[in-house]
Amino acid sequence: MKYIDHNSVVKRMNSRLIVNRILKTLFFLATLFALLTIAVLFYRIITQGVGYLTPEFFQNFGSRFPAKAGVKAALVGSIWLMCVVAPVSLILGVGTAIYLEEYAKKNKLNDFIRMNISNLSGVPSVVFGLLGLTIFVRALSLGNSILAAGFTMSLLILPVIIVAAQEAIRAVPKEVREASYGMGATKWQTITKVVLPSAIPGILTGAILALSRAIGETAPLIVIGVPVIIQFLPENLLSQFTALPMQIYDWAKRPQLEFQNVAAAGILVLMMFLIIMNSIAVFIRNKFQKRY
Amino acid sequence: MAQKDVTGQPSVQELIAKSNSKKQKKVIEKLIPFILLLIASVSVLTTIGIVFTLIVETVIFFTKVPVLEFLFGTEWFPFANTEQQFGILPLVVGTLKVTVIAAIVAVPFGIASAIFLSEYASENLRRVIKPILEVLAGIPTIVYGFFALTFVTPLLQQFIPDLKIFNALSPGIVVGIMILPMIASLSEDAMTSVPNSIREGALAMGSTKLEVALKVVLPAALSGIVASVVLALSRAIGETMIVSLAGGSTPKFDWDVTDSIQTMTAYIVQVSSGDAGYGTTIYYSIYSVGFTLFLFTLLMNYLAHVISKKYREEY
Repeated sequence: MKYIDHNSVVKRMNSRLIVNRILKTLFFLATLFALLTIAVLFYRIITQGVGYLTPEFFQNFGSRFPAKAGVKAALVGSIWLMCVVAPVSLILGVGTAIYLEEYAKKNKLNDFIRMNISNLSGVPSVVFGLLGLTIFVRALSLGNSILAAGFTMSLLILPVIIVAAQEAIRAVPKEVREASYGMGATKWQTITKVVLPSAIPGILTGAILALSRAIGETAPLIVIGVPVIIQFLPENLLSQFTALPMQIYDWAKRPQLEFQNVAAAGILVLMMFLIIMNSIAVFIRNKFQKRY
Repeated sequence: MAQKDVTGQPSVQELIAKSNSKKQKKVIEKLIPFILLLIASVSVLTTIGIVFTLIVETVIFFTKVPVLEFLFGTEWFPFANTEQQFGILPLVVGTLKVTVIAAIVAVPFGIASAIFLSEYASENLRRVIKPILEVLAGIPTIVYGFFALTFVTPLLQQFIPDLKIFNALSPGIVVGIMILPMIASLSEDAMTSVPNSIREGALAMGSTKLEVALKVVLPAALSGIVASVVLALSRAIGETMIVSLAGGSTPKFDWDVTDSIQTMTAYIVQVSSGDAGYGTTIYYSIYSVGFTLFLFTLLMNYLAHVISKKYREEY
């Protein structure tokens, strides 16, 4: 007696297998779509911008003439901005993470702080700009200075840094802490001398990635009122300044076609900035990350 | 008293006694948690600051423009000399156009990539593709905006001759590309967390890989996937630079995607980069638009949270 007809099984299976293969190809092509886009994007920007990437481009200020336009003020401004954002966001972010991971008891207040951080990371950057405009630019009358922009950016990337620092601190095993307590160390000594040193690579990696987001953010700067055409370098934290993405935005908006190439060159500078920062992050992660 | 040992160094007991007697240290131990709590409260203050700022300025705005006109008005002409019009619907429609187009691009491509990465791709291939997707997610939005304006729009114009330089289609597609990695990566996480035993059960029953993916893994990971989509769309709603550069600045209350539009975010940018004097109705209007935007994204983030919490399948 024959229960299973071999031929009909093959016939039935075949069509299902073919459908499987077709869809697998489709899924693969969909994945390829993203990779292809990134390739086209880089190719376009490099071919457009590389011709304008001369030494003068780094030495000139913004200009009405494409050939004379440069990124000097924007590049220096972005570096100044980072000098504010990096320490402020690191202190706030790591402090919050230490509190949440080491001190916070499970109660309503701390649950609220945690929930609030995850909500904050979903707020659009342009809304942070409105916050900066009201609080830092007007209420604290810092004007559209580096300090006001730096504070706004710090708050924008704060949730990212907190989460990265929390993960890094959580990855330090309990045994290490207990060994430290066992040697008679106090809680704060344990945190500063045992937990933080082994969590620092993780924290820095996360922080650098967050900072590279801050470098590329444009919307909050526009809302704060950061000017574009600036013919001088900032002197102190209360100076006016401009930043790379602002400069790119201004060039990209201009109707003359040549300015598109200048914008592409500006994007290349911004991308190099980002690549350098990301390489540092990867380097730190590979070199110093301890595995327990 | 503990004795000194032969080397003349103080003994361990002495060291402990010495360190315990330091008053300064005890004060520090007491003070530190308090200082850290203050630092942690900055994030809460930020939220309070955002909500407070938006509400206060929006209330002032509503003393100049009636609430109903703002909510249901279909004309947005803040720069008109004679009769200013503040009906937010054109801006909302502009935002929706971009978001819907972004969803049409990002949802199928994102979920298909997630299925490929989690169900079909070899470990090696995945190790190559995932970092590239992360690069895509790390590109500043201003770069995407430039790409939309100088590449995607001219490209589309070859197929759609009527397409204006500023339109909804091109920024919509590019916003879709921008949120694609987010959907792909979060959905892949949701799908990888479906246990292998379930997959193997289905395979043992004679399913093909496709059937496993579509009928077993996808339903099991559905809550995570839907949450990732909602989260990504909330990002699309708040996206600013792409729509500012490639979308134009003509708020319109229609569903034409080939013509210039304006989104809520682009309006805020337009006013901020011009010289809207402090205290004018236009100045306050950016806060009312910002508040609307904030409520939209808050609602969607909350929705994503509820979906992923409530409908999660536990294994």
